[in-house]
Amino acid sequence: MLLEIKNLHVRVEEREILKGINLSIRVGEVHAIMGPNGSGKSTLASVLAGRDGYIVTKGEVFFNGKNLLELSPEDRAREGVFLAFQYPVEIPGVSNTNLLKTALNEIRKYRGEEQLDTLEFLKMVKERMTYVEMPQNLLSRSVNEGFSGGEKKRNEIFQMAVLEPKLGILDETDSGLDIDALRVVAGGVNRLRNKENSFIVVTHYQRLLNYIVPDFVHVLSDGRIIKSGDKDLAFELEEKGYDWVTENESEFAAR
Amino acid sequence: MEKFQEVKTWYINRFESFERGLNGESKKPIHKFRKQAAGKIPELSFPTIRDEEWRYTDVSPVLVHKFDLYSISSTSDIIKKQIEPFLFNNSEYITLVFVNGIFNAGLSNIPAVTENVLVMSLKEAFEKHQSIVENYIGKNTAADSGIFSEMNSAFLSDGAFILIRKNTVVEQPIHILYLSSTESEIIIQPRNLIILEDNTRASIIENYETILHSLYFTNAVTEVTLGKNANLNHVRIQNESTKAFHISLSETAIDSSSVYTYYNLDFGGKLARNNFNAKFVGQDAECNLNGLYLLNDGQTIDNHTMIDHKHPRCRSNELYKGVLSGKSRAVFNGKVMVRKDSQKTNAFQSNKNILLSNNAIVDTKPQLEIFADDVKCSHGATIGQLDEEALFYLRSRGFSLEQARRTLVSAFAENVVENISHKAVLDYLEQIIQEKLRNENPLSESTVLE
Ligand SMILES: Nc1ncnc2c1ncn2[C@@H]1O[C@H](COP(=O)(O)OP(=O)(O)OP(=O)(O)O)[C@@H](O)[C@H]1O
Ligand SMILES: [Mg+2]
Repeated sequence: MLLEIKNLHVRVEEREILKGINLSIRVGEVHAIMGPNGSGKSTLASVLAGRDGYIVTKGEVFFNGKNLLELSPEDRAREGVFLAFQYPVEIPGVSNTNLLKTALNEIRKYRGEEQLDTLEFLKMVKERMTYVEMPQNLLSRSVNEGFSGGEKKRNEIFQMAVLEPKLGILDETDSGLDIDALRVVAGGVNRLRNKENSFIVVTHYQRLLNYIVPDFVHVLSDGRIIKSGDKDLAFELEEKGYDWVTENESEFAAR
Repeated sequence: MEKFQEVKTWYINRFESFERGLNGESKKPIHKFRKQAAGKIPELSFPTIRDEEWRYTDVSPVLVHKFDLYSISSTSDIIKKQIEPFLFNNSEYITLVFVNGIFNAGLSNIPAVTENVLVMSLKEAFEKHQSIVENYIGKNTAADSGIFSEMNSAFLSDGAFILIRKNTVVEQPIHILYLSSTESEIIIQPRNLIILEDNTRASIIENYETILHSLYFTNAVTEVTLGKNANLNHVRIQNESTKAFHISLSETAIDSSSVYTYYNLDFGGKLARNNFNAKFVGQDAECNLNGLYLLNDGQTIDNHTMIDHKHPRCRSNELYKGVLSGKSRAVFNGKVMVRKDSQKTNAFQSNKNILLSNNAIVDTKPQLEIFADDVKCSHGATIGQLDEEALFYLRSRGFSLEQARRTLVSAFAENVVENISHKAVLDYLEQIIQEKLRNENPLSESTVLE
């Protein structure tokens, strides 16, 4: 098992947002998470990446057998967790290339691997740029600064392509991408996808899942996964809306 | 009795012996200038925090010492190798080196340029260009420029003299290095006179460095005069000993269609106070003022700036940034005056600070006074911590907390200097910035804040 989330309860300030999440992801699987606005999808992604301000009140998370919640955000990244942000952050004065070089070498150091010299690094970057058709000029610019919404999302996946995580968490990567860009970026994810890595794809739209075909689809509502199924569940949701599941769920609960 | 009477008497007495030591020098016309300033000192007082202009900076630490004048006989012989770390590219730059305020010809590099480019010590200029010196010296300093400025004038002895004559472009950067190397408590009072006539372009780097990291006092005055359509890039690096005191006054006059770009970079000093005054004396001119101060534990930096718009269509762009760690203190007081006749003025002013520790203090006071109606002006100030979102973003990519912090602080600081076009200077600055951020480990201290 790559990721095991057991009965995870998370509070932000005084409010409970995640109310008992159970989710297991095996190596090589792609799991889609859908669900209404405010249901806790980004919260789950943030907790996995180690963002401050989220208080785990109950439950546990194991990543590759390690207690993920005990690790600092950087150690999670070095262990192979990558979060593609719903809202990527602008960092003036730090170039994309510099960010990637430091990040990659930190990850390699942690794993006891050799540092890449500038030449090898640039070669690798060049190759990975083709995965998402990343424009050259975005590389030397400051991280996300002045990037369009779509460029920011593309940049997230480009970074993921360079860092090669074991678990990629894509938080609404499709929102902000135009139709062509969506196809390109999803193509990049597919190219990265292999038997050794896994993905969590958070999305509101079934369309993305035509490109990145998930093994499982989960519905997150009010801090709980209330329904899981295969890729067809996404079609059903698209057709019938979330009310359909939440009503079923409450009926189910009432019985 | 006035609070600092005793130390004032000390300097008045020092002047008398200084004057005696001048011998024949005191017969020269330039000595009138010294006498005039010296004559004002008994009437003036050293500032206290009751003076509006010195409200946040208590100079009494400077005044408890009785700094002596430096005498050449006690020169510690500085060799070329020792100054190398402070030089950028000695063969390509025109370099004036001063050790403890005294010009050192052997360490300097003044290639014969054209007769339109005069670069020499002020002392030499007293001999060779007496009337020019007399014409320009003290011309830009205000009548009420204060006791430190008068002291500098009274003890006038050396400094840099740069004159670029009409229609001349100087390709080589001109570097003025002030190096302190002293074991005794001395006062160093450089006086720089920089004149660019009409249609000229030049680049000047002025830096204050130390070898022995001891206690001394630099009291510098720099006067800059730009004619019409002149372009001067002026980088000033203050990297004094962290035991030393540094007080400076820069007075600049900018004539029509000229561009003055100034970098005011403070890294050293236990207590440093810079007064920067620029006035437009013609229209369509531009003044770009870029400030940076990086403070570690125990340092105080006070920047007072004044940009005076008196003529139409001038632009001023002022950005001062500061990073404070440990128990340190910064003061920023920036005034932009937009007078009645300066229509179509564009004036922008901003001061941004990052505090890396709970014990650091910033007092910032951006001021804009506008008396013209058709102008575009803005000003503002921020004091904050590092952006938490950006920190998390970097860590989520594998950066350690320390590395993420340093990356963000460096980016914040280096942004001020990134447009400096001389690679060697830029590399040098990046090196100081990195060293400074590493020193005393100011970054890890703020971990405690969390
Ligand atoms: N830092 C925070 N402070 C206060 N409330 C928060 C914080 N983070 C999340 N929340 C709240 O938690 C709830 C879940 O938010 P979250 O961002 O996880 O939703 P989401 O499922 O990703 O929604 P969307 O589909 O709109 O992106 C929301 O009601 C949100 O306002
Ligand atoms: Mg979300």
